[in-house]
Amino acid sequence: MRLSRPFRITLGVITTVILVVVYVPLLVVLVNSFSTSTSLTWPPPGFTLEWWGKAFQSAGALDAVGTSIVVALVATAVSLVLGTLISLALQRFEFFGREAISLLVILPIALPGIITGIALNNFFRTIMGVPLSIWTVVIAHATFCIVTVFNNVIARLRRLGLNLEEASADLGAGVWTTFRLVTFPQLRSALLAGGLLAFALSFDEIIVTTFTAGSGVTTLPIFILNNMFRPNQAPIVSVIAVVLVLVSIIPIYIAQRLSGEEQRR
Amino acid sequence: MTQAQPAIRLTGLTKEFGAVTAVDHVDLEIAAGEFFSMLGPSGSGKTTVLRLIAGFEQPTGGVIELFGEDVTKRAPFDRDVNTVFQDYALFPHMSVLDNVAYGLRVRGLGKKERNERARRALASVRLEQMADRKPSQLSGGQRQRVALARATVVQPKVLLLDEPLGALDLKLREQMQVELKQIQRELGITFIFVTHDQEEALTLSDRIAVFNAGRIEQLGTPAELYERPVSRFVADFVGTSNLFDPEHSLALLEREGHHSLRPEKMTVSAEVQHGDGVRNAAGTVVEAIYLGSGVRLVVDLDAGPRVSVLEQNVRGRVHDDEHGDRVVVSWHDGDVVAVDGTAVGPQNPTPTASIGAMLPGTAG
Repeated sequence: MRLSRPFRITLGVITTVILVVVYVPLLVVLVNSFSTSTSLTWPPPGFTLEWWGKAFQSAGALDAVGTSIVVALVATAVSLVLGTLISLALQRFEFFGREAISLLVILPIALPGIITGIALNNFFRTIMGVPLSIWTVVIAHATFCIVTVFNNVIARLRRLGLNLEEASADLGAGVWTTFRLVTFPQLRSALLAGGLLAFALSFDEIIVTTFTAGSGVTTLPIFILNNMFRPNQAPIVSVIAVVLVLVSIIPIYIAQRLSGEEQRR
Repeated sequence: MTQAQPAIRLTGLTKEFGAVTAVDHVDLEIAAGEFFSMLGPSGSGKTTVLRLIAGFEQPTGGVIELFGEDVTKRAPFDRDVNTVFQDYALFPHMSVLDNVAYGLRVRGLGKKERNERARRALASVRLEQMADRKPSQLSGGQRQRVALARATVVQPKVLLLDEPLGALDLKLREQMQVELKQIQRELGITFIFVTHDQEEALTLSDRIAVFNAGRIEQLGTPAELYERPVSRFVADFVGTSNLFDPEHSLALLEREGHHSLRPEKMTVSAEVQHGDGVRNAAGTVVEAIYLGSGVRLVVDLDAGPRVSVLEQNVRGRVHDDEHGDRVVVSWHDGDVVAVDGTAVGPQNPTPTASIGAMLPGTAG
């Protein structure tokens, strides 16, 4: 397709402006994490590695990282199992209400976090009488982490069709053997992509987490929020923010590469 | 038991997809060791019958027996039949050897023995050097042979083949036809072959069932089907035919009802031919199509219908008739076949193999 020169320049400028608006603030955070100013004045009066050192010694920060990793890992594991099962059910079997369930599974990712948060908070405390803890956070995160796994797996199943599974059954394999030797190997990259996205989603989630975390449970985003406006903590928060960005971006990058490769196959 | 059991016996087999009857009370017996073809246009129910025998679909009614044993309710993995799929359905993540060994693996055979047997099966289709490749690295014909090896290595009693040559080009197809026939003879097992290619069915089969609208329209040897088609549908679908409706039959053939006459049973000449049972009709050449092996002449008969005449290319003599030439078409009365004139039934759309097609967004 050929575009006229002025048009191309205009589009280029718009793209640049948008990318600048999105990524320059992130760069500012990165620069601030090396700033000698504790109140994050701009431009930074000088540069130091002090905050990076302190951040990695801060018990609170390390604790928060640990909590976030545990929450993200368990929520991802739960989503992988449940997401795969529900995909298989919806793609391979016909039953009453299939379409409705399909919609209900996807919905949580579209729901505003604050609604999910309030609803689950209410549900756990008032209705179930369960005290909020790290496990209530895991359950809350799993509700929307399932969606990324589900979307990836169901798309793969749809593309695979029934042929390979029929061939396997035809050659004498039972349902479980077919899943283990034929279906699962075909799903592996879809599960990896879905799982990585789920992990990234959970790792930087804050709204639902605020409503469902027990009093002692501090995930990394909550830690940042709590420390943001405390004197002398701002640069450490910047350090953690940079780490958080990296930890969130890397899985998404890998997941994208994976699904890109699949499409090219 | 005095008489050998048929390999397959279908009794009143019926399959409905919603309001559509894909298979309509089919009764069929297929003898052990037979090369049996199910021929028909798409949507005629032939593939559904195959899938019912394999167990991928559950019949709405009727019984499927395998060597006298009722297998109607059994799962696919519980039936002693194996399938060669139209798109081969090789497992893409496994090597060719693992693909072929799969059936033995799920039967619990040790690695050494199953690989040995798989190698032997690969050798029988001349692909032993390809054992370590992935299916994606093979050509269409090679994949086809792997699929064949994979299905036969477990020594099924009956092998089902669902248009296995459909994806191959013509040369390869003809070569594979010969190979299929050889393999069938060597293994001595029953082949049930589904195809919409009448020439393929005629070439390969001991017997053919012609399917139309979920029913068997005619069952017989290739020669019986070709020489004595029972209906207009069979006459038209198996080979080409000149079909005469009752009016033209009366005028030209002096017979009541519908009739069929093959193009190669007719000759074209300048004058009227004489002889016992020889009939003649004058007409005008509309089209002369050179086929290499012969010439196909389209002639408008003065008495009404347009007929197609096939002339062999004997000793390089190519007919020089041209558009508008006056000719006499002659045939022997004994070559005229009376057929059932029932109109061709409506064909069903092929049922979707995947439920995925019914999910929102992909409905259609």
